[in-house]
Amino acid sequence: MSDFQPKIVAFVCTWCTYAGADLAGTSRIKYEPNVKIIRFPCTGRIDYMFLIKAFANGADGVIVSGCHPNDCHYVSGNFHARRRWIVFRELVDFLGMDVNRLCFSWVSAAEGAQWAKIVNSFTEEIRQLGPYKAYMELVKKDKNESVF
Amino acid sequence: MDSIRKRARELLEKNTVKVVIGYGVGSDNTVRAIFVRRPEGVEELIFDETCVQNLAVYLLKNEIKQIGKLCIIANISALRTILQLASEHQIHEEELLCLSVTPNGELLEFTGFKDIENYISSCNRDLPDKESEMIKKLEKMSVDERWQFWMNHLSRCIKCYACRSACPMCYCTRCQVEYNQPQWITVEATLMGNFEWQITRTMHLAGRCVNCGECARACPEDIPINLLNYKTVLTVKEKYNISAGTNANIDSVMSSFESDDKENFIR
Ligand code: SF4
Ligand code: SF4
Repeated sequence: MSDFQPKIVAFVCTWCTYAGADLAGTSRIKYEPNVKIIRFPCTGRIDYMFLIKAFANGADGVIVSGCHPNDCHYVSGNFHARRRWIVFRELVDFLGMDVNRLCFSWVSAAEGAQWAKIVNSFTEEIRQLGPYKAYMELVKKDKNESVF
Repeated sequence: MDSIRKRARELLEKNTVKVVIGYGVGSDNTVRAIFVRRPEGVEELIFDETCVQNLAVYLLKNEIKQIGKLCIIANISALRTILQLASEHQIHEEELLCLSVTPNGELLEFTGFKDIENYISSCNRDLPDKESEMIKKLEKMSVDERWQFWMNHLSRCIKCYACRSACPMCYCTRCQVEYNQPQWITVEATLMGNFEWQITRTMHLAGRCVNCGECARACPEDIPINLLNYKTVLTVKEKYNISAGTNANIDSVMSSFESDDKENFIR
């Protein structure tokens, strides 16, 4: 298990977290390379289906991150996103998905170090949890069942 | 029953309404929806505790709307649906008239949404006991046990979409499950597709489900999918203190927000 490298997908908003991750880079802060960042205009645009599809395509963990409350570039996108995450997280937990594999955070454009910290700690958590076997089985079954 | 028939007859004779949507006896003595358009047809109307179907599902169907002003024999679920549909600007007061009967047999006639709101506020709006207990039981299970529970159930889903057709709040003319550019959810009934379909259905009904239970009753595979919706009913009530179908002017839960919505998981 020690050589397991988790695959982590991060859905981030372009104005805050993406810029924060950029800052981490330009400040030469080293952090875990396991995360693949996907840039969105706003957290409000991050549909819950993206998270599910990330797992379906082999992610072991998913990060969703954007501007702090009251700092949304579009004023209220992150407030809408927060409502959706609250309901979504409870629902998938009820369905038996492992919510420890979902990480939600607020990281501003000035918080390069904070971004590195979140990625590092979440990567470590996922490393401890191991590959997301339950979902992989579901994906495998899907491939076998599908006639297309 | 007689009072309903009498009033329905009057309404049809005076041409106040063009059609009465109510319950009648179907094959094998089952209860089914009937659409009465002539006064003499009212004799077929029944109303008792077996009349559980949420008839409000017909309100937005084009075939029904075309007929003209309608009267619906509404149980509590249907009344709540009407309020929620009004909140979503799908129906207007002048388009319909509702008849109902209280548990002690008194005929009720609602002409406006305010009347319905008042009546609903005095009715029990809680989830049914059986389902609440099942939710509690599931919540006590481990994550893996819950996963197994749902996998076992969802593996039977045949993607017939009866749950969607029976749900009065699933009225989109084009459902996300039918989009194929991109294809979000597979057409075939694979386990993963079934899982994604139910997540989608539940998320789209979050804050809108009036816990009528029609989805699970319609499911030919007896999958307790209403539990998923009921879970979100509880979440929305607990976190945002909103219950769908209690008021004709509720802001859409998932497209509104409070700047201090509480959570404990965002880092
Ligand atoms: S989701 Fe099920 S319980 Fe909720 S309104 Fe639709 S049919 Fe009724
Ligand atoms: S009614 Fe049941 S079998 Fe049909 S699509 Fe819904 S969950 Fe699947």
